[in-house]
Amino acid sequence: MNGLRELVSALAQKHGTRRESLLPILQGIQAHEHYLSDDAMVEVARALDLSTAQVYGTATFYSFLVTRPQGRHVIRLCRTITCVMHGKNQLLKELETLLKVRVGETTADGLFTLLETNCLGQCHQGPAILIDDEPYTRLTPERIRVIVAEYQQKAALESENSGLINS
Amino acid sequence: MAPRHLMRLDLIFKDEHDVAPLVRQTLARGRDDIVNELIASGLKGRGGAGFPTGLKWKLTADAPGDEKYVICNADEGEPGTFKDREILMRVPEKVLAGMAVCAKVIGARQGFIYLRGEYRFLRAQLQQVIDGFHAVLDEAGLPFRIEIFMGSGAYICGEESALFESMEGQRGEPRNKPPYPTQCGFRNAPTVINNVETLAHTYSIFKYGAEKFRDLGVQDSRGSKVFSVSGDTPVPGIYELEFGMTLQRFVEDFGDGDTKAVQVGGASGFCVPRKRFERTIIGYQGKLTGTSLPTGGSMMLFNSSRSMYNVLHNYLEFFVEESCGQCTPCRVGTQQLLRGIEGVKRGELSSATLDALLDLAETMRLTAKCGLGQSVANSFASIVENFREEMIY
Repeated sequence: MNGLRELVSALAQKHGTRRESLLPILQGIQAHEHYLSDDAMVEVARALDLSTAQVYGTATFYSFLVTRPQGRHVIRLCRTITCVMHGKNQLLKELETLLKVRVGETTADGLFTLLETNCLGQCHQGPAILIDDEPYTRLTPERIRVIVAEYQQKAALESENSGLINS
Repeated sequence: MAPRHLMRLDLIFKDEHDVAPLVRQTLARGRDDIVNELIASGLKGRGGAGFPTGLKWKLTADAPGDEKYVICNADEGEPGTFKDREILMRVPEKVLAGMAVCAKVIGARQGFIYLRGEYRFLRAQLQQVIDGFHAVLDEAGLPFRIEIFMGSGAYICGEESALFESMEGQRGEPRNKPPYPTQCGFRNAPTVINNVETLAHTYSIFKYGAEKFRDLGVQDSRGSKVFSVSGDTPVPGIYELEFGMTLQRFVEDFGDGDTKAVQVGGASGFCVPRKRFERTIIGYQGKLTGTSLPTGGSMMLFNSSRSMYNVLHNYLEFFVEESCGQCTPCRVGTQQLLRGIEGVKRGELSSATLDALLDLAETMRLTAKCGLGQSVANSFASIVENFREEMIY
């Protein structure tokens, strides 16, 4: 909770404490914590002198802001018709098999949340996904396996390193 | 190889990254001189609605108020559109130049680029370009600064008043109009809000003159337009074309030889079946009749292997999710349209239900608060009327 207070106050310092600062602050918390907890929203309301309902109202309007915990990486799969025409459903099946989750769920290791999203603006090179902020285009089931494996390796390496530091 | 009837233009993406000389030169001109040239060019908003850009600048310049704002709308969310991303990646300097000239005309000290959350990966590069551009402005003596404001995944925020709400920390729910942004926009101050492509075009107009721009296009549709071509086409991508082509010529250039329909303008646009390709002109010509189609530039091609039911179903799911929920016609209407076509398809509802749904769509066109709800009827009616049997069987 203390860390949260510091985070919110740092973000308020950066973006200001006006109502206009709300969205950038919420985005900043999410970038850091991967989701907006009740505690975080209460803290923001206090810092900006808003009601918690106002903060919650804004937070829940936007699809990239979430109020439930999600994985370290969020995979957003474009579901617009042109991506569907170029193999989105095969890609989705591959991801569901690979990650052992369905759309909306988070992997058991907490590494990935799998979501569908509306047009990513990559229609000429579909099917497309976003992993966090990074777009990946012209995907095939083969390529997505490689990409997911890269994220998994990186995460394994990081936890190994942090394990070394801890010991 | 597909035939190439249509002239490919290269105004927007022409490699002109050093915009400083033109910015200095244009900022030295008088306000009226600049606005008059823009009006003479016939440039209309390239986001899809097609409001005359010169007039928008003039109205905002004339509006009373000390604080005014320039906002670049980069919340490109219409399915099938990706031109603004390409422009911001390849020629962002031109967009910034357009914003600076606008700031001078209307007397703004602050500008924003509202960048959709899906394009966050563009942010760092764009910020660099902005930083460099600020030096150009300092040199030219224009007290104007540009900031990036990040969206967070909401199609509705491309609607200008919803975009202001979002920037003000609110839910992105559209406001009543009037008043229009030229009088009462961001922070209730007079605001020019232009699409990315529109601003880039103003650069070309100031550089090459209104005449040259006017020479392109037909009647009410002047200049060139950047089209986002996707779907069943051997050559998907971004193309800058002259306004006023028939859809037939377009399909001959970009189709795969088996094009059954083209969705012009994305999910909120119109579906044109093959038999109407010849009669359909891409551009603004007086009133919206369905034979001349204004567009933000989304062109999705479908060949005969595609089910138009699936296309419509996809669009309706999109609208159900992206409706802001503020007004009843849109919130409930989108859901009922989706349920309705599902019921007809499953045989649970009679095919006559489609007529009731068409009435509902028309009601939404008349009663929804903003362009989102009003334009659901465009794709719904044009697909159901032209491909009715595909909705039923």
